[in-house]
Amino acid sequence: MSGATRKGVVLHLGVVALLAGLQFVLPAYHHGNLARVMVLASFALGYNVMFGYTGLLSLGHAMFFAAGLYGMGLAMRHLGLPALPALALGVLCGAALAALVGLLALRTAGVAFMIVTLMFAQTGYLTILYFGAFTRGDEGFVIPRAARRIGALDLSEPTTRYFAALLLLGLCLFATLALVRSSTGRVLIAIRENEDRARMLGYDVFRYKLLAMVISGAMAGAAGAAYGLLFGYVGATFASVQYSIFPLLWVLLGGAGTVLGPLVGTLFMFYLIDLSSGFTSAYMLIAGVALVLLTLFAPRGLMGLVRARLVPWLP
Amino acid sequence: MAAVTLLSATGITRDFGGLRAVDQVDFELPEGQIRALIGPNGAGKTTFVNLLCGRLAPSAGRIVFAGEDVTRLPAHARIARGMAYTFQITSIFAALSLYDNVALAAQRRLAAGEGLGAAVAAALGRVGLAGRADQTAGDLSYGHQRLLEIAMGLAQRPRLLILDEPTQGLSDAEIEDFIALIRSVARDATILLIEHNMDVVMTLAERITVMDFGAVLAEGTPGEIKADRAVRIAYLGG
Repeated sequence: MSGATRKGVVLHLGVVALLAGLQFVLPAYHHGNLARVMVLASFALGYNVMFGYTGLLSLGHAMFFAAGLYGMGLAMRHLGLPALPALALGVLCGAALAALVGLLALRTAGVAFMIVTLMFAQTGYLTILYFGAFTRGDEGFVIPRAARRIGALDLSEPTTRYFAALLLLGLCLFATLALVRSSTGRVLIAIRENEDRARMLGYDVFRYKLLAMVISGAMAGAAGAAYGLLFGYVGATFASVQYSIFPLLWVLLGGAGTVLGPLVGTLFMFYLIDLSSGFTSAYMLIAGVALVLLTLFAPRGLMGLVRARLVPWLP
Repeated sequence: MAAVTLLSATGITRDFGGLRAVDQVDFELPEGQIRALIGPNGAGKTTFVNLLCGRLAPSAGRIVFAGEDVTRLPAHARIARGMAYTFQITSIFAALSLYDNVALAAQRRLAAGEGLGAAVAAALGRVGLAGRADQTAGDLSYGHQRLLEIAMGLAQRPRLLILDEPTQGLSDAEIEDFIALIRSVARDATILLIEHNMDVVMTLAERITVMDFGAVLAEGTPGEIKADRAVRIAYLGG
């Protein structure tokens, strides 16, 4: 077992090192893209803890991303909080909202859980629009460049931004790895596989699901807050249903229940849309066909396929 | 035998709609005993043990386990207090390795995973599945899956082990090993066994409770049950 753990750690360190190395060779356009992908992949990693490992399909994850984004953004805009405490507040908002929603939504399961989370997220979205005087609604607001600093670091400067995004991704990656290798992670997977059996082994299934949701919400909140800080914009689009579907797609494509899957899926989808929109205005058609093909031929996602065919020890 | 009562149920009743599956059952199980629960199909045996371990809530009655009223406790809390339940229909984690299956059963009682590997190996060894820890549970034969269920029960080190038709689908040789295994387990646990195989029941059980139509029809030693006229008519076929 410890051999597989070591291999897992080495593999993920390798991925982080590769991303760090790419920073020096990528052209400016892809450099900026990759920073964005890394933040969004952190969001997807959070989604994966709930969906991929615990088997809870949420259709409302945009609310946790937005909780982080607005928790950070509104605190900076209205309270004049500096960037670092605002970031911490964003993570806290994501986790706290997940705990609150979880306490209510986890009383349901399956399709009902999907609908309840979707409804909560829509409520969140409409709340942001309703309090437009504070949030500037759909239009959103910009976080001034001067405020996007932590100490001597200017987060709007591309290299700093890239490494900040990489740091976030690395933290989420290794947090997930540590979680799924722990005894707590084993219980989460057991709940995904056979909830009744997990209960009949003496585990308080509700408490474990709530824990998964809070971890997931904290990661989504961290991603939201970081996104606003690094790219300087806070807007209601990020709370819309689209941003609840994205992490589901990214995780499914990359491989639910694999640690690297969310990153691979986010990267794949981002560049699929980016490249196909270079050829045609009907780029969503190309993206759609690619999704259908992947679902048909790699139903466990890209990394799921890699695990099944090549690397059985893949975490 | 002046044994302490480990589990007692008083007036346990469970209705499903208009059907009364378990009707006012009083049941007492002393610590350390091997008790068999028998009865025709549909007699309410599985419903009754589901009420004991908390998978179902009783419509009426009271359950006391190890001196504590557990009637209102959810299943996981009763399991955590020392009950273990092995399913009639094999319910393992088919996609996980044998190691993970048994580790899930053992890790709850071990602080910070200490000695987890040894505990898993010991439980697998006792049921004869040593050396297969890395196999995927779903790939095992049916008989071996049943043994894995039992290993999961053992790994919990329960005070009360409830086995729901454990020998179903086992070969004669496997049944013999099973009888020896249960005898060794009974040295430090109380056992409640639902079983259809009368040879197993008569060999293992110290006392037998017979259920019919949701109620207790008779209770006694294997000899008394064999001699009981009502039981013979209801169950053993006259």
